[in-house]
Order: sequence, then C-alpha cells, then structure tokens
Amino acid sequence: MERDKLVYMANQIAKFFESSPEGARSQGVADHINKFWEPRMRTQLFERFDEGRTEGMHPLVIEAQPEIRRPAAPLEARTTSQQDASAS
Amino acid sequence: MSLIHEIDYGTPASKAEKDVTLSIDGRAVTVPEGTSLMRAAMEAGVQVPKLCATDMMDAFGSCRLCVVEVEGRNGTPASCTTPVAEGMKVSTQTDRLKAIRKGVMELYISDHPLDCLTCAANGDCELQDMAGAVGLREVRYGYDGENHLGKAKDVSNPYFQFDPSKCIVCSRCVRACNEVQGTFALTVSGRGFDSIISAGTQFDDFLSSECVSCGACVQACPTATLEEKSVIAIGTPEHSLVTTCAYCGVGCSFKAEMRGEELVRMVPYKDGKANRGHSCVKGRFALGYATHKDRILNPMIRDHYSQPWKEVSWDEALSFAAGKIKDIQAKYGRGAVGGISSSRCTNEEVFLVQKLVRAGFGNNNIDTCARVCHSPTGYGLNSTFGTSAGTQDFDSVEHSDVILVIGANPTDGHPVFGSRMKKRLRGKPGQPGAKLIVIDPRRIDLVKTPHIKADHHLALKPGTNVAMLTALAHVIVTEGLIDERFVRERCELDEFQEWAAFVAEERHSPEATAAITGVPADEVRNAARLYATGGNAAIYYGLGVTEHSQGSTAVIGIANLAMATGNIGREGVGVNPLRGQNNVQGSCDMGSFPHELPGYRHISIDAVRESFEELWGVKLDNEPGLRIPNMFDAAVEGTFKGLYCQGEDILQSDPDTKHVSAGLEALELLIVHDLFLNETANYANVFLPGSSFLEKNGTFTNAERRINRVRKVMSPKNGYEDWQVTQMLAQAIGMDMTYADPSEIMAEIAATTPSFANVTYDLLDEKGSVQWPCNETHPEGSPVMHVGEFMRGRGKFIVTEYVATDERTGPRFPLLLTTGRILSQYNVGAQTRRTENVVWHDQDLLEIHPHDAEQRGVRNGDWVKLQSRAGETSIKAKITDRVAPGVVYTTFHHPMTQANVITTDFSDWATNCPEYKVTAVQISPSNGPTEWQEDYRELTMESRRIVPSEAAE
Repeated sequence: MERDKLVYMANQIAKFFESSPEGARSQGVADHINKFWEPRMRTQLFERFDEGRTEGMHPLVIEAQPEIRRPAAPLEARTTSQQDASAS
Repeated sequence: MSLIHEIDYGTPASKAEKDVTLSIDGRAVTVPEGTSLMRAAMEAGVQVPKLCATDMMDAFGSCRLCVVEVEGRNGTPASCTTPVAEGMKVSTQTDRLKAIRKGVMELYISDHPLDCLTCAANGDCELQDMAGAVGLREVRYGYDGENHLGKAKDVSNPYFQFDPSKCIVCSRCVRACNEVQGTFALTVSGRGFDSIISAGTQFDDFLSSECVSCGACVQACPTATLEEKSVIAIGTPEHSLVTTCAYCGVGCSFKAEMRGEELVRMVPYKDGKANRGHSCVKGRFALGYATHKDRILNPMIRDHYSQPWKEVSWDEALSFAAGKIKDIQAKYGRGAVGGISSSRCTNEEVFLVQKLVRAGFGNNNIDTCARVCHSPTGYGLNSTFGTSAGTQDFDSVEHSDVILVIGANPTDGHPVFGSRMKKRLRGKPGQPGAKLIVIDPRRIDLVKTPHIKADHHLALKPGTNVAMLTALAHVIVTEGLIDERFVRERCELDEFQEWAAFVAEERHSPEATAAITGVPADEVRNAARLYATGGNAAIYYGLGVTEHSQGSTAVIGIANLAMATGNIGREGVGVNPLRGQNNVQGSCDMGSFPHELPGYRHISIDAVRESFEELWGVKLDNEPGLRIPNMFDAAVEGTFKGLYCQGEDILQSDPDTKHVSAGLEALELLIVHDLFLNETANYANVFLPGSSFLEKNGTFTNAERRINRVRKVMSPKNGYEDWQVTQMLAQAIGMDMTYADPSEIMAEIAATTPSFANVTYDLLDEKGSVQWPCNETHPEGSPVMHVGEFMRGRGKFIVTEYVATDERTGPRFPLLLTTGRILSQYNVGAQTRRTENVVWHDQDLLEIHPHDAEQRGVRNGDWVKLQSRAGETSIKAKITDRVAPGVVYTTFHHPMTQANVITTDFSDWATNCPEYKVTAVQISPSNGPTEWQEDYRELTMESRRIVPSEAAE
C-alpha cells in the first residue's frame, strides 16, 4: 500500500521535536512546516485536518495545527511577476 | 597574453618565526630560520642552477648542480640542503662552481638523447635550460659509452607517457608521488648506473600500478620523461589563464594552458589556495568531454518527448519555451512552473536562475541539486552555528592533531584535499602525524594506506550515524571531557544543560548503542577520548552523513561535538562539510533553495524581500516554494507542469527513478539546459545547449567558502555562456534583464547580500580568491569562521534523538546497500564517462563481502540482480572485504546501472534530502541486464533521435 507521504513527512518532523524541551515541541513542528512547506503541501495537510483524517498522524502534528499557517490567498494575489508589471 | 610562470624557489618555505640575515653574492637577504640557501638566493633574485630540487617537495640533494661556496666553510655544499645561518657569506658563481656544474651537466648530457628539436618538451625543459645556464658547449666523453638510450616508452596511461631514455633519475617524480600525492606508487629500482624509475613492481606499467594519475609526477619532471600526451600531440602552449576546476568541491586552481583556442593542458596553479599546486586525475586530465562529439550545440524542440528532436534557432526555441511557460501559468496557475539550478554552474548563473524564477515566474519554486547532497548541512549548521558553511580553510588541516572523518571518502571524492590530509596524517621528522578516526561502514582507503593507519575505524551499520555521534557525546560528557570554558563563554547554557543531560542518559552509552551501531563500546570510548583530548581536533564529513533520513540530525550531532570540546573558532579544528560539486556552496549561498533568498535569509522576512523587490521592481511571494522531491510529487498530482532544469541530470541522480520519471512524464514543458542529451532530456521538449566551464566567465565557491574566478579560455561552442542563455529565456518571458558581463551580476549579488558585500572581480583578481564573509567587518574575507563568537551569537546545542530509518532489512531484503563514488569518475559521469577516465572504471560494480557472496552463490565478476522495495537492476559483483558482511556498496556513475531504480523515496526529515545511503536489498545471481534496463536503453535511443534543421531557403 502506498504510504501517505505527506503525513509521513510531518511525522518525521514531529519525531525530531519529540526530544525538544516541553512546551517547545509542537511549536517546533509548526515553525518547521511554516518555514519549509510550500503552500499546496500545507493545504493538503489542512484538508486532512479539516476532514478529520488524522489517523496515523503523530500527536505533535495534531497539536501543532493551530500554529501552522493556513495558506491564504492564491499565489496570483500574493505576487507580481515582471511579465505582469510590463503588461500593465 | 603569455604563459603564467610561478617562481620555483627550489625548496619549501620555512614556517619559522625567527629571521636570519645573510649575504648572497654580496646582497643582504633576510629569511626565516630553516630556509635553504637555494631559496634564500631566489628571494634575493639569484637563481642557482638546479635539477632535482623544486619547492613542492623537500630538498633531496642528488643532482650536485646547485653547489655554492660559503666563506669559512670547506667544500661546495648543495644549496638545497644547506640551511641559512646568521652572517653567512655565500657565493653562487665562482670558477670552481662553474667547473663543477659544467662537469655534472656534461655527464648528464652524455647519456641523454640529443633530439631537442623534435622533443615534446622543447622550450619547456629544465635540463635544456640548465645546459644553457652552465654554458655547456661540448661533451668530451662522446655518446658511444654505456647509456640508457633507446628504452621502450610506457604509454599505458591514457594521459601521459613515460620515456625512460630521457630520465635523469632526479627522483622528483618519486618524491612528488610520495610527498605531494601520498600514493607511493613510484620507486627507483636498481642501483647505481642501473637505477631506473619504476611504477609498481617490475611486472607493472603505469596503468597497472597503484598510480592514480594525479599528474604530480608529470608536473615535477624536469625533462620530457613524463610528458602529457596532449603536449606531444599538439605542441607547447603559448598562453594561459588561471581558472577553477569544475569537478568537486575542493575547487582547485589551474592554469589552462592554451594554443589559440585549443586547450593544450591544465596545470595546477601553485598559488591556488585550495590546492597549493596539486591536482587529481579529473581536474588535471579529464577535459575531453568539453569537446566531445556528443555535445549538443544547437537548440532543439519537440511537442512531446515521444517525437524526435528538431533543431531550431535560438529565437524559435526560446519563444516556444516562453509560450509554454505563459500557457501553463494561465491554465494551471502561477505556481505550476519552477526551476532547478546547477551546482556546477557559476554563482552568477545560479543567481540568475533564482531571479528568473522568483521575479519572472513569480513564485519560489527554485531548488538546486544541493537538495540531494548537502541541504542537511544547511539546516544543521544554520541551527547550531548560525550559518551554513564549513568553518575552516583547507590549510587548517596542517594544524590538526586529530582528524575525524565521518561519511566521507576524501581520497576518492575530494582527492586533492585527501592528499593534503594524508600529508598531515603522515607527519614528518620531528612532527608526528595527526591521529585519525574514521567512521564509515566501508573500509575506505584512508583507513589503511601507505604510511597511514587509522587509530580507530568505527565500521558502523549504515543509517546509525546519529546513534554513534550521541554515543561519542555520551563519553565526552560522562567522562568530564567537556571544554567548560568554551561552552560557558561561547554557547547557550540552558540548551547545553539540556543536551548534556540528554546525552548522559545510560541509553546513549556506547555499551547500550553497540547493538544499534554494531561497533564495540571500547572502540567508541577510545575514539571519543582521542577526539576530546588529543589537541586540535577537526571533523570532515560528506554525504555519508547528510544522505539519510536523519541527515540533518547527524550534522547537528557533529556541531554539538565540536562545541562541547571547544574545537571551533581557530586553526586546526572545526566542522568541515566536503561538498560534492564544485559550486554546491555557491549555489546554496546564491539563494537556490526555495525558502531563502541569497545569503541564507528566509523568504518570509519582509525587509529582505523588500530589498530585492525594490531592485527588481516586482512583488515577491513570501511563501516557500517546492523542493525538488516536492516538485515530482506535485507533477504526479498534476499541479506542477513546467520545469527549467539547468545542468543537472535529475533522472539519473535523484532517488527512486520510477517516481522521478513519472513526474517528468507528467510535465507539459521540460527545458533541459545542458552540454549533453542527458537522461533527464529523455522527457524534455526543449533543449538549450550549455557551455563548459572553459567557455565562460564567473566565479565558483568551494567547500571552504573560497570564491574563485572562472575565466573564459575559449568561445562557447554553443554560442552563449550559460548566464546568457538564462538571460535570453528571461527576456523571452518578458523580463527586463540586460547584463553585459557576469561582473555586473556579481555587483548585484554584493549589493544585496551582506556576506558578499565587498566581493568584486577586481578584488578577486587582486587577491586570487577570498573566503566569505567578505564585507566591512572582514574586508579581505574570513579563512576561519566563528572566531570570537558564532554567526548566530552563541552556539546552540540541540538534542539528537536517534530514530531508526524505516528502510529496514528483513527476510526479503536482508542486505543494506550504500552508495558512493570512485576517484576516476564524477557524479552521474556525464563528463568523466566522455573522457579516457573510463579505462579505470568502465562500469559500476557491486561490492559484496565474501561471506554474503558465497551464501548466494555469487562469484567475482558475475552478473547479479539487485532488488529493493523500489525496484531492481542488474550489475556485476566485486567480492571484497572492504564492506562488512550484510552491507553492499556501489557507485552510480553509469546510466545503465540505474542504481537509483533501487533507492527509495525516504528522505531527511528536515530537508527532504534523499536517503541514498541506506536501502534494504536482496541479491541473486542473474544472466544480465533486467528488462527495465533493456527497455530503458530503448527509450533512451528513441528519445535521442534528432532531425536536422531544414536548410534555409
């Protein structure tokens, strides 16, 4: 069976932060995901959270949820590119 | 332009601090104590005739040509072996000396062929020069006596020949092999008149001997005895430029010696601070790929990868690519395209690719091949020290007392630095060599090599680095070996306390972890004691540390050890990642990672982003982009459709080939920008021909953070340097990009990146090279980092819990496969396979322990099927006890091996750096290549068809 790669990756991060001092663990997980996960990966993570598909998720990942940034606006609204700049 | 000649002082510089003043030919000269008279004379501008002396090696005193007279002393001492003394009065030219020298030369020439006019070294021969220097006009003995003329040449090495008839037995080659390269392949066999230079035993030639073809002997030879075949074929060069090798992360400086636009030879540059005049077989000789017939010189396009390629104009190729980029972004969103920059390209080129992606594509989907090698170094060293870089320069190894090598094989992967390390390990009279600890599952050459034997070889099981590093820390903490003063003054104390309490737990003791690592506890304890108490201790590590699911944790573990023992911030110590490719350091520095802008600054930091937005006139996305493995996942899912891939062969080099090819197949646009139709190009629909490092200007940054100039010695065969190709693509999608020269790109880098603030081409030309940080605080760069304080202020200890990889052995896959490289080949072999280096390694082999081989009925040289959970391939077996029972090893230089069909998609928890170094496998006898290999060969042939462009009407 194909493992859920995204959850697997989140769990790997959680395992590292398990040994952090108490109080810094889920924050560590959230910070790491915010720092390195592209929005569509975080979106997929939130789809799992929102649909309650959290079985197999490390408790620290679930605990980190409130601190994980939910991707807001689509990319188009966040940036310009030189093409847009020159077209406008 | 002319040939660059370094001064040969005849003997190495003395490192003594006390000065001595003497007089040479009436000129007063002041030199450090211990300097030879020969060197002192050269410092005073007087060249004493010499043959057996050269400053790359210690004095030998055999040719008797460099004799001098010293007032108040008897006889005529050799100036190379006589040290200076206060008040000495030396004469280098007297009637007696002239007569001696002429007599010596007369004897040499009486046994030397007089074919100077047709000799390959004509005009570049020290024997010829000396005959002139001493005024030799006749040979009274005639040429009929017993001699060494007419002996057979040894032409077995593909790059140089050995002509014993021209040998004067000065032993420079033998000493170069011993002292500079450290291989001890050459010797003088026979005695007296019968003395002859011999490679290996009397049954050997150069090729079959231990010779590693580094070229040190060829460079040392004062005659045409050891001569590059290229010089024999072409003639002597007429001009040269200093440039930087484009192979590994050592970043050797070479003189590219040219005749017109033809490269005659590459000669290591003595003033190059990374290599100090040494070279390896790749950088010195393996250049044939640059002019290989396989190079693609015209742009090509096709609608789908199943079609043959069509050669087109640059304009057509670029507008085709730009049109597709726009279409994809319109249809699937701006985030549906991205780029991968190459750690083989220059700083300026990778800077442009990330600019193209961030400002042109309008997203941060930019990554680089460092993802799959040293991204954990970035995470680990940044978290602990505050920046992602090795802490030392290479010279630092000369001051080390203990060297710890973990997960690296310097004599194969970083050969020139390996030689420098070996020199320190051997020591010299009065200065014992450094102690050596090797942590590696395989018995790498360093463990036991002539005059070197590791004090401890901890042959751990693949995948257990973190358990081992924590066990070493356990011993250091529980046996009271912490450098308390360093920790108190330089590190975060709360974090230290937590870490110390963690590693001190009994479960981390060598006794408790022996079951995991497979290494006896005593050995671990002794190694830890040696590292902590043996004086200056330096750690060198490579991809055997990073390419694991706990790669980042292991890098942190290494940093913890160095901080705990105070081995940071001065010469001789430190943490040194040995970088795989020539510009891994540089490509990381230049903002090639999707989460950070140049200078390791996170994309979410508004001030940093704004500084680029202001300059580039666009708003940048504040979210991290996709990393390479994420790109493949997104491609398979259908949200990522277009990729610009510069100088990297992801299909061959990235793990889990089937997943990668599924991703590439799903793309609507794959632009491959490369020298060759590489494996990735099988799925491409745009091919933009690239230029070699000989054809471009720019800079590379090596593993010691040294920024070296790359200088163009010939016009790009494809018409454009790579930065120009990227610029044209940028223009095609509507970007305003008009650099006229790479120096303008460097100016933009310096203006935006604090650690590069002072870097200019003028400064590099003046200093030769600088190591970043190079800015107001460090105007001429920084050989050693973290001297007074860490880049982040105080060093941060981080707890490193061992988590076993999920890639485990079991009944179906009982062996562990680990991968590495070999001296003569480089990475995916795209370059070295297209050179004569294939005589040393024409296929990848699977190393297997005799015990495991016997159990499976495998004999040496048999085809075996190698199977993992990800796939299977076939490869020939090599039976050796270099690997432990239960472990097998192979290289990945040849595409037909498809070693990455076997590797899995497990990756480092922090960075997604693939776990190349651990794959559970099974091995069984086989008849030959697997079906997949055969199919793949067919696909490759199919996809490389080219339809030439129609002639213009």
